[in-house]
Amino acid sequence: MMRASTFLVIFCVLGFIFLYAPILSLIIFSFNESKLVTVWGGFSTKWYGELFRDPQILRAAWVSIQVAVVSATAAVVLGTLAAYVLTRFGRFRTRALLTGMVTAPLVMPDVITGLSLLLLFVAMDQLIGWPAGRGMTTIIIAHVTFCMAYVAVVVQSRLASLDRSLEEAAMDLGARPVRVFFDITIPVIAPALIAGWLLAFTLSLDDLVIASFVTGPGASTLPMVIFSKVRLGVSPDINALATIIIAIVALGVLVATWQLKRSRRS
Amino acid sequence: MTIKEVAALAKPWVSGSAQPFVRIQSITKKFDDFVAVDDVSLDIYKGELFCLLGGSGCGKSTLLRMLAGFETPTEGSIEIDGQDMAGIPAYDRPTNMMFQSYALFPHMTVERNIAYGLLREGVRKAEAMERVADMLRLVQLERFAGRKPDQLSGGQRQRVALARALVKRPKLLLLDEPLGALDKKLREETQFELVKIQETLGVTFIVVTHDQEEAMTISSRIGVMNAGRIVQVGEPAEIYEHPNSRFVADFIGSVNLFAGHVTVDEADHIDIATPELEGVIHVGHGVSCSPGQELFYAIRPEKLRLSRARPDLPNTFPAMVDEVAYMGNLSIYRLRLPSGRHLNATQVNLSRHVEDAISWDENVWVSWDDNAGVVLTR
Amino acid sequence: MSRALTTFAPFRLTASLLQRFGLGGRSLVIAVPVLWLAVFFLIPFLVVAKISLSEAAIALPPYLPILEWDGERAIFSFNLGNYRYLLDDPLYLNAYVFSLKVAFISACIALLVGYPMAYYIARSPEPRRTLLLTLVMLPFWTSFLLRVYAWQGFLRSNGVINNFLLWTGLIDQPLVMLQTDFAVYLGIVYTYLPFMILPLYANLVKLDPSLLEASADLGARPLATFFNVTLPLSMPGIIAGFMLVFVPAIGEFVIPELLGGPDTLMIGRVLWSEFFSNRDWPVASAVAIAMLIALVIPIMILRNAQAHAQEET
Repeated sequence: MMRASTFLVIFCVLGFIFLYAPILSLIIFSFNESKLVTVWGGFSTKWYGELFRDPQILRAAWVSIQVAVVSATAAVVLGTLAAYVLTRFGRFRTRALLTGMVTAPLVMPDVITGLSLLLLFVAMDQLIGWPAGRGMTTIIIAHVTFCMAYVAVVVQSRLASLDRSLEEAAMDLGARPVRVFFDITIPVIAPALIAGWLLAFTLSLDDLVIASFVTGPGASTLPMVIFSKVRLGVSPDINALATIIIAIVALGVLVATWQLKRSRRS
Repeated sequence: MTIKEVAALAKPWVSGSAQPFVRIQSITKKFDDFVAVDDVSLDIYKGELFCLLGGSGCGKSTLLRMLAGFETPTEGSIEIDGQDMAGIPAYDRPTNMMFQSYALFPHMTVERNIAYGLLREGVRKAEAMERVADMLRLVQLERFAGRKPDQLSGGQRQRVALARALVKRPKLLLLDEPLGALDKKLREETQFELVKIQETLGVTFIVVTHDQEEAMTISSRIGVMNAGRIVQVGEPAEIYEHPNSRFVADFIGSVNLFAGHVTVDEADHIDIATPELEGVIHVGHGVSCSPGQELFYAIRPEKLRLSRARPDLPNTFPAMVDEVAYMGNLSIYRLRLPSGRHLNATQVNLSRHVEDAISWDENVWVSWDDNAGVVLTR
Repeated sequence: MSRALTTFAPFRLTASLLQRFGLGGRSLVIAVPVLWLAVFFLIPFLVVAKISLSEAAIALPPYLPILEWDGERAIFSFNLGNYRYLLDDPLYLNAYVFSLKVAFISACIALLVGYPMAYYIARSPEPRRTLLLTLVMLPFWTSFLLRVYAWQGFLRSNGVINNFLLWTGLIDQPLVMLQTDFAVYLGIVYTYLPFMILPLYANLVKLDPSLLEASADLGARPLATFFNVTLPLSMPGIIAGFMLVFVPAIGEFVIPELLGGPDTLMIGRVLWSEFFSNRDWPVASAVAIAMLIALVIPIMILRNAQAHAQEET
């Protein structure tokens, strides 16, 4: 009879192979000389060169990064405010409404969020003339809205576990509420804010569906370009792009782990 | 000066003519339907170390938080040094608090933690640092100024919290379970340090604690709380020897309690009959009660005497030893009376020879002086 | 009187002025997130609801207003035709049912795959535990779209899997895997697996090992301990993980689009094509509203189950 732990180990190994095999094949075939993804035609970095000569991809990447940075930053500000209000303000009239609006985006399908925001932008354009046309601004508004919900959840759980007496102590020592917020609350929850920002950044960078709905002519994000290319079939330069993204993420995780270890040791 | 007049100077609450420093007047705090603090009135005098003592959920912390300004009273008023505190937020009050969790800011050094309150007050940096250094010397933490709170031991953190609250020279220092997080040995040492610092600085302390031994050791007066109310206020010895109710008698120390009724009611003594004892309990002083009244009699274990020979004391009863717990300095005897009722008695171990000590299953006499117990009418 | 009070007198004055108009600092702070979400999250649904009741038209935007002013009075044209259309054409109902089915089965598979992994990670000693957890999280930080694309390369008829199987001689004809329902299940399980593992891990790691020892001490074999102690105590984690996989999978668009066949009609895909291909905004809106209603029920059920499970453990 097989021991339970042996079974678990085998299962886990298979699970991780399942998670990583497709990613590994992306990386391997990004260095393939042949255009056919399935046939190994020798080592080459030509798809990387091609990627960096593709103005469409470069432009889209630049749009995506701008959108993600702005959205993540705004989402952290708004999401933190929402979390702070929900954990620290006790009772207020719109509390139930805010709680609902903060959690609903988490389970809302992208197609619905995208469609509803687009229809809002169209209606607003007709009524008040803003936002005139659609593009980066509307994508950013959409991303801030759904990302701030994620930030709010992360920050809220941190605030809930934060010792309330820290803030009370600052107040007792003569700091007014705004001062307490910036002197004590923000520095203590800073790791959660960073985590929230990274989460929002990733979600924004990853979003295809919502951006497709609310974008206008001229503003194509990276996922939109990838999607249109992938739909048409295999394109090895996408493999190269995937490899670069994976490398950046892996590097980021390594640095984060190293930082965490260092801060624990000191 | 008479002895009484000297006592009145040291104990302003005795004379009744002194002006109270903190006046709490019929204060009530409700959370929804739950009454946390129920119509509490209390006068505390300058320089006191006053303990609010009670079990968890008795309202002592809520009362402290209302003094600090973290909770708003539902009814009643608080006056500190003649100033009404209504509407004054925590950051403008002349009080400082030491938190049970210490609430040291984890991202600031010890030095910056202590300086924080001074800088909020607008004290110049140079002066603030000087005062921080003084404070660090007082709590003997000069060497730790540059450390972060998580690099300190529990006792060191406790002292930083105390220094941070004291450096602002508050009129009133509020301490929420100041020694609760320390282990037993350290707690005993720190108790005396706390009293010493309080006496040196002359600041009025209000301490919340659930530990009755701690309250007895450190305080000038104790206010015992139960279910949101103050049930008794008095000096430690007064609370211990003259509890005013069954609750206080039972809560402070341990006690043997009898329910009975008055059979003899004279000006200089009364007798109480109880079904749990054969014979009556003699009380050697007058009590304001009426014949036949149902009341309680409380006697502390250390006031009981055990002997093999029948002693000549007004209250003497036969009993059998059920259990003996040897504690080193003393032994606790669990006695069974003929009625089946159990009594606890403690005996100091005067001799090192325990072979001839009273032991299990022995028939003994338990006796006490007619002034050793307390008659309680509620 | 403290210094702060006098120093900030002008501050106080403005604050009290604002307060007179009901705009204390407190209500301002509350107003910012509430207004943002109301404008960009709540009102959009009202707009969708409104448009779902109007008629399609060849115009810009492509629908007729439901409220018109003819100079004297408002004309209210209430059009339930779009919803009737959804009920009449079996395509929509089938797509709903199929989406629920795919999401449910995928969530079950993800649970079966994710539970042993989460269990193993939670029982691993440090530093292996952190390493494995990071490995579970890592794919989430890389592009979701690219990971789905990777499966295309795996599953196509001349893809990695078929080449491997042909090379080993197990098959002599490539298997058709891409553009099938199978590929959609696979893609959903693959994409959402981390969302199943994380809440399960968070729950299992908190499980007190002495409970397992106590169970063993009382004579239970490992399997009995698992079914009597571990599994019931991990119910909140199971439900949380199930919710995180099941609910978003219902409205999934990218996976059925890239991995499914032309007849893999999930409701998110139907909405997309209704909007982008048919340009029928009113019908797309009606699909969205119906989808919302269809989503509320499973969410409510899962919420209730979670509240129950949390009470019990």
